[in-house]
Amino acid sequence: MTGGLPGPDPGARPHPDGRRNSQGARIDPAVEAEPEAQRAVLSATVKHEPGVLAAVSGLFSRRQFNIESLTVGPTEEENRARITLVIEEPEPGIEQAKKQLEKLIPVVSVTELETDATQRELALIKVSGEKPDQVQSVAEMYGGEAVDVSQETVTVEITGSRQKIEAAVDTFHRFEILEVVRTGTAALERGAEETR
Amino acid sequence: MTEQVPPTTQTKAEAQASDAEDAEAAAKQAVSTGAGSVVATLESAGVEHLFGVQGGAIMPVYDALYYSDLNHVTMAHEQGAAHAADAFGIVSGDPGVCLATSGPGATNLVTGIADASMDSDPLIALTGQVPTDFVGNDAFQETDTTGVTDPITKTNYFADDAETIGDVVGEAFAVADEGRQGPTLVDLPKNITQEETETNSGETTTPDTYNPPEEADEDIVEAATDALAAAEKPVILAGGGVIKGEATDELRAFAREYEIPVITTMPGIGAFPEDEELSLEVAGMHGTGYANMAVTHCDVLLGVGTRFDDRLTGGVDSFAPEAEVIHVDIDPAEISKNINADYPLIGDAGRVMDQLDDELDNRPDPADRYAEWREQVGTWKEEYPMDYATPDDEPLKPQFVVEVLDEATEDDTVVTTGVGQHQMWAFQFWTYTEPRTWVSSHGLGTMGYGLPAAIGARLAADDDQSVVCFEGDGSFLMTVQELSVAVRENLDITVAVLNNEYVGMVRQWQDGFFEGRRMASEYSWCPDFAKLAEAFGARGFTVADYDGVEDAVEAAVEYDGPAVIDFHIDPEENVFPMVPSGGKNGKFALQTDHLDQL
Repeated sequence: MTGGLPGPDPGARPHPDGRRNSQGARIDPAVEAEPEAQRAVLSATVKHEPGVLAAVSGLFSRRQFNIESLTVGPTEEENRARITLVIEEPEPGIEQAKKQLEKLIPVVSVTELETDATQRELALIKVSGEKPDQVQSVAEMYGGEAVDVSQETVTVEITGSRQKIEAAVDTFHRFEILEVVRTGTAALERGAEETR
Repeated sequence: MTEQVPPTTQTKAEAQASDAEDAEAAAKQAVSTGAGSVVATLESAGVEHLFGVQGGAIMPVYDALYYSDLNHVTMAHEQGAAHAADAFGIVSGDPGVCLATSGPGATNLVTGIADASMDSDPLIALTGQVPTDFVGNDAFQETDTTGVTDPITKTNYFADDAETIGDVVGEAFAVADEGRQGPTLVDLPKNITQEETETNSGETTTPDTYNPPEEADEDIVEAATDALAAAEKPVILAGGGVIKGEATDELRAFAREYEIPVITTMPGIGAFPEDEELSLEVAGMHGTGYANMAVTHCDVLLGVGTRFDDRLTGGVDSFAPEAEVIHVDIDPAEISKNINADYPLIGDAGRVMDQLDDELDNRPDPADRYAEWREQVGTWKEEYPMDYATPDDEPLKPQFVVEVLDEATEDDTVVTTGVGQHQMWAFQFWTYTEPRTWVSSHGLGTMGYGLPAAIGARLAADDDQSVVCFEGDGSFLMTVQELSVAVRENLDITVAVLNNEYVGMVRQWQDGFFEGRRMASEYSWCPDFAKLAEAFGARGFTVADYDGVEDAVEAAVEYDGPAVIDFHIDPEENVFPMVPSGGKNGKFALQTDHLDQL
């Protein structure tokens, strides 16, 4: 043994009973309190310039935030784009994701939307064209419509909440789904409240 | 120390041109280009020194430098340029500037940029890029530099317009400097820097969407003050942000007024004088026993400008387990990232310390309440001294070398280090009293940082300040080529190589956690460092026992230029105290066999 220092052994030292959870929050020693993951919709206004989307997606990947969907597009303001992100994280992770996003220089503002915000997704579902009339009526049940019809296929467009899209995709399985494509969530606050 | 004369106090144009060439040069200079805007912007931002390496795509910028008074230090390797600029930023407080060409030039900067990012050092990197028509075609020496450096910069820019190139460089400079400091990069395509433009110097301003916070929320300041006023066992944890935020005076005044013990992180070294009784020096993996006991048992922890790195906290579950945490930071994203903040105070460190001081002034002076705690801390200082034995019949102890160099130099000496065991001894056994005198690679842990950092530190420090670089044998060998730069520029630097013929920290971990299987850690094949130094044109010394230490140190410190002392230290010496990775701070090992008990 070389290079030791004098002093009491580790076992001989007093040590407090308290402890922290994996989020670094102090907890009651008797109770293990780990926050559960929840879904959050973040809306970021960003400068409309090259590299911003890469910077945002890179941030989420390298910091291991669980991302469910990401959409991006222009806004009412020139030179501004809006990125809508749906993430699934425990509460501290959601806060951390918001703060890390805000830190990116091209990001102008970040807001977490209320749970009742207007949220929409779009799906294109291509099914076998054997029963076009039935396909059309199911599409109408979901407020959608057939947007392309060929000898072999019918493609329908459905817009709505994530739950509605999922229900529609489930229902269309009866017609032999050939291909599905879905967008991420686009969302705005309800009423006069601004999304920023 | 004698005054250094930079080799480029006269512009090259003045020095070299004959009368006829003068006219020609003046005519050329009158042609303004994108590169001219880049250089003019650096000049107007107050830059004096640049560190870089020439190359194809950056040549127009160097051509513009030909007519400038800026002092360009040609480094041996771009990594050295980035570290030198990084250290310049640490010591001066202003962004250091490094330049490199596209492709390998830019990728060689990456380690240095990542280092600056981890330690929030102000740095601006200017990289050449292939002409915009070639971008995306895998052209010669093309790398997606903004893509590669996106995760390791505060932000970066692809300058695609000669008209605005000055403003882009100016913004990059301002963003590196303001708020939480950090590195920025501007990629400069060759056709843009060559393009003629009337635009000259750009504005050194941040974008209007970038607004670092200043004062913290008054209600939280009040609540945090309540916690401090009710505390029995408070400690202050001063991080690198105290120094970067120029809050040293405010923090020192606060600690002294209320007599609160102060711990620093490694980047926070120098924030509080280590020779004062309230100082517990550094906490964390190789921090002092008393700092780690205090952080474990405190009931209120006031963390200022720290990101609660894992080398500081050990296992999060056992970090300051009973303390309410007051966290002062300018970066909201650091709040509750690693350790939950009970009182988040987002703002400028100095301003928030003043806010806390004003608020605590309204309460009964708590200094007496803390007396029992200070006594307890004093007891720990006696129980866990930073002590080592120096028997004459045993190999030279590295701790002794550090102490002799500390004794032989003034208090304001700047110390730079590489990474490894020598780095730990250099902070444990040197007494730091001033900010910006400890220059090291903390977050990234970049071996080879010390020598290029000493070059940058030398140019940033006052002429009468000494610069001492501690390196290990393995670490020194990674950037030893920069010795040629120190010789060429005649920089007064003393390099102390703590040579144990091992990559010693790895050897220590192999002994502690890998049952002594010393795979690839033995470095007995290293060159004779004194001879190597002489070959570069520096002075070289070799010291293998206690008798030679003081004479060699005196000669090296006296020598007006770069000197290297190769200290052959005890190869089996280990760094203690030690908190194993993820372990409990309060259960630090004082000896190797303690590691088995944890």
